[in-house]
Amino acid sequence: MTELEKNIEIIKEISGSDPYKCMRCGKCTASCPAYSEMDIKPHQFASYIIRGDLEELIDSKAAWKCLSCFACIERCPRDVQPGKLVDATRQIVARQRGGDYLQPEEVPELLAEDLPQQLLVSAFRRYRR
Amino acid sequence: MQKIGVFVCHCGTNIAATVDVKKVVELVRYEPGVVFADDYMYMCSEAGQEKIIEAIKEYGLTGLVICSCSPRMHEKTFRACAEKAGLNPYMVEVANIREQCSWIHKDKEEATKKAVILARAAIAKVNLNTPLQEGESPVTKRALVIGGGIAGIQTALDIADAGYEVDIVEKEPSIGGRMSQFDKTFPTLDCASCILTPKMVEVNQHPNITLYTYSEVEKVSGYVGNFDVDIRKKARSVDFGKCTGCGECQTKGPLGKIGNIPSEFDRGLKNRPAIYMPFAQAVPAVPVIDRENCTYFKTGKCGVCAKICPSKAVDYEQQDEIVTVKYGAIVVATGFDIINLDKYGEYAYNECPDVITSIELERLMNAAGPTGGHLERMSDHKAPKEIVFIQCVGSRCDDDKGKPYCSKVCCMYTAKHAMLIKDHWPDTNITVFYIDVRTPGKNFDEFYRRAVEQYHVNYIKGQVGKVKPQPDGSIIVQAADLLDGKQINKKCDMVVLAAAIEPNPGVRKIATMLTASIDNNNFLTEAHAKLRPVESPTAGIFLSGMAQGPKDIPETVSQAGAAAVKVVGLLAKDKLKTNPCTAQCDTLLCNGCSTCANVCPYGAITYEDVQVNDHGLRETRRVAQVNVALCQGCGACTSACPSGAMDLQGFSNRQITTEVDAICR
Amino acid sequence: MKYSYYPGCTLKNKAQDLDKYARASAVALGFELEEIPEWQCCGGVYPLGSDEIATKLSSVRALNYAKEQGQDLITLCSACHHVLKRVNDDMKNVEDIKNRANNYCEFDEPYQGETKVLHFLEVIRDVIGFEELSKKVVNPLEGRKIGAYYGCLTLRPGKILDFDDPENPKIMEDFIRALGGEPVVYSMRNECCGGYTALKDPDFTKQRTEQIFDDSTGFGADCLITACPLCMYNLNKSEAKSKVPVYYFTELLAEALGVMEGA
Repeated sequence: MTELEKNIEIIKEISGSDPYKCMRCGKCTASCPAYSEMDIKPHQFASYIIRGDLEELIDSKAAWKCLSCFACIERCPRDVQPGKLVDATRQIVARQRGGDYLQPEEVPELLAEDLPQQLLVSAFRRYRR
Repeated sequence: MQKIGVFVCHCGTNIAATVDVKKVVELVRYEPGVVFADDYMYMCSEAGQEKIIEAIKEYGLTGLVICSCSPRMHEKTFRACAEKAGLNPYMVEVANIREQCSWIHKDKEEATKKAVILARAAIAKVNLNTPLQEGESPVTKRALVIGGGIAGIQTALDIADAGYEVDIVEKEPSIGGRMSQFDKTFPTLDCASCILTPKMVEVNQHPNITLYTYSEVEKVSGYVGNFDVDIRKKARSVDFGKCTGCGECQTKGPLGKIGNIPSEFDRGLKNRPAIYMPFAQAVPAVPVIDRENCTYFKTGKCGVCAKICPSKAVDYEQQDEIVTVKYGAIVVATGFDIINLDKYGEYAYNECPDVITSIELERLMNAAGPTGGHLERMSDHKAPKEIVFIQCVGSRCDDDKGKPYCSKVCCMYTAKHAMLIKDHWPDTNITVFYIDVRTPGKNFDEFYRRAVEQYHVNYIKGQVGKVKPQPDGSIIVQAADLLDGKQINKKCDMVVLAAAIEPNPGVRKIATMLTASIDNNNFLTEAHAKLRPVESPTAGIFLSGMAQGPKDIPETVSQAGAAAVKVVGLLAKDKLKTNPCTAQCDTLLCNGCSTCANVCPYGAITYEDVQVNDHGLRETRRVAQVNVALCQGCGACTSACPSGAMDLQGFSNRQITTEVDAICR
Repeated sequence: MKYSYYPGCTLKNKAQDLDKYARASAVALGFELEEIPEWQCCGGVYPLGSDEIATKLSSVRALNYAKEQGQDLITLCSACHHVLKRVNDDMKNVEDIKNRANNYCEFDEPYQGETKVLHFLEVIRDVIGFEELSKKVVNPLEGRKIGAYYGCLTLRPGKILDFDDPENPKIMEDFIRALGGEPVVYSMRNECCGGYTALKDPDFTKQRTEQIFDDSTGFGADCLITACPLCMYNLNKSEAKSKVPVYYFTELLAEALGVMEGA
């Protein structure tokens, strides 16, 4: 097994998804409601991982723009479920860097009066470890 | 004591790369009974066989063990080789050290150890082998073809033209199958009916062909050369002899031409009456009454069709009839259907009438179809101006909804549809969303390129995510152009889905009756993927058309011809050699419990009362008897027999336990 | 019939309507909601890493509590429904998570996914039945054209949540019909409202909700119903021209059953 393949194994473990199964049909990207916000599109997550361009994924905006709506997970014909790869990318960032997309200090300013608790806990869990 | 020769094959590097062949030779040389052992690069080659023959003669060998590939591959070869040297062919055993050893192991030491163990087991068995004689059985010179689509039609015609009698069993009221539903065919764009209908007529008129339409195979027994098949001829409710096919009953019935039952032939796009012929060119041109939907059969009232029939052919009293026919060979040509799209809610097929399948489109474009060949939206009967085709709906999937294989014909028929539409209605825009365009085949890629270059069909790489019916009656197709990096919301007024192909669901039942193996996707398995592609592993069963795997019409016709040749090759023989490895009953041990008869898949076991002398006590006992002509040597009875009375020649219980002992030694 | 009830954090606070109308309706429909004592927040979303344990424990405790009571567990909030069902699936089918979670929790006996998790709507569909529900309606919602807005969390992943066909659901439409209203089917009903991105990208959420309102009202909806407090928030924040009122499904239920006053 090459070094790259070993790293991919780790991602497989975190995500529970196998990027090698992807056939690049793009149904995930076609389904993605956050398409316009993502600099790396859902179908590209598998190929970035397979190529070993993990740094680019980690530095991308895309990982943080995913809505976790599971449309890609539901519709993926190859059972790759790209949303899981997006989540794994966030996890790697969170585990290595402590998660820097949402800082607790930012929160008071972002709060609206009627904002539901569900939103805050979801955002914290999605954006940080 | 046997004199055994062991021959270890390298199979090039197939075996030798993982198994230390020389070491195997050295280690088996001193096994009991072995008087000679050697290895060679290709044991199956002429030089290899020569080596075996020489050894048999030089060492007076009485048994052979060939350590090579699977016996399914070359057992026959080596048995013939033994016979050439005057040795009984059943004194040969093959130790499979390729498929079951070298191909599946990586560690050479472990693989070598296993190869030696497999060789030892075979040697132990040969020590107990006895010469067996093949019997003979006659061949019934008549073939059965199950399925009357283009595959079955072509197979039947080729067999019949070779001079043999052949019957077609078709469950629908007419032969013709899927091809009769199509409009035009790729890549030549000739009309499907124009090339199929003459063949249907030829089948009907051929002196060697008997048609059983509206009929199903009910039971199959027997074996290669001697099958007995029960065919259920469902009650047509119309007298074949009297009906002239005038069609009055269908058009002047209570609902006139309209009918109120969704037409299977028109994929539900049109209705039919309860008495119907599926289409105008049906063969035979004799209608059937669909009793489940017929008012007379449901309520006892009506009877209009009987009254208006000018030749008094309607017969409500007709009953199903079962005929039993003998055949020498059976061809499975049960064809295909497309998958059910219930699991693909994102494509809105069930919600939106303007989302249709490709077969429905065939009907909508067919001059004899529900709209007389005018392409229109089912919702408002307007001509669509913007059409989207979606490829691979349920094909190439690795989830629990779709099929893992490529359906093979969709890329080509979609290009065909696009061009035909542009030909007839040039002001239509067509977009095709594809994952890959796959066009291997003569003149196929040229055909697809023509759609792009001459007809300006817009091909976009990217699977569609969702089909969204809009309040204004239009449809938005949400997709992404993966090559240009754009998400697309394509507004259109008709969507055509290339739904995955699957074997006709009825094939499972038929395969079980025939003991013909099928794969995970219900396609029939061939005896050898490359070298015996039109034969089932079950002797006497042959494969034709989509039942074996996705294929287009030219390929189906080629395969149909190939299957016919195989059938003719079988029917041309007067006698067949029978497998001598059959079960035998030791009547002294048998207690007549019927366990063996219950497990026998071939109905080869019967019982008879015999007089026995048990230690001076005379008594009558019920004991099993094996009909060796029917027995296929599967061994089910030998393992089921509680008293050990059943034994299989060539695979006796003692031989098998000795093999196990040799492995465990 | 008694159920263990897991309200979740938002129903105690910003989404009290979702909770109180459900309680009143349950009484009218003849079943009892017993709130799980000391329940803890589910986390709002299913944990990201499939190898994570700590973030699943609060759900495991609630699930185990229901098991000890011998009751099925009911939730209302889409997020809680989603998280609880998925964690329950892990506890049933993922050996590693099951072992590690049990090792940590030290229950009297290991929890192995025994509890049945039901959404309030599933109880109505599968236990009470829509026909029975329609018999109990005293103020039918006649003439109301109601669009069911499912969002994502109630439906997906369909295989695990097993709530309804994730691409073509009908449970809320049947529910609307049972209350005497007319369901409006539109394709955005199972598309995401933007979810938690409302916190940092509110403009994006507005684009999403505008599409939802345009589509549903285009098909004639005069109001929408939802089961999710976050969808409710995002839809309410919408500045779409086509905006129509949005209700929790329990509110219309209480209205139809005539129990709004007491709630």
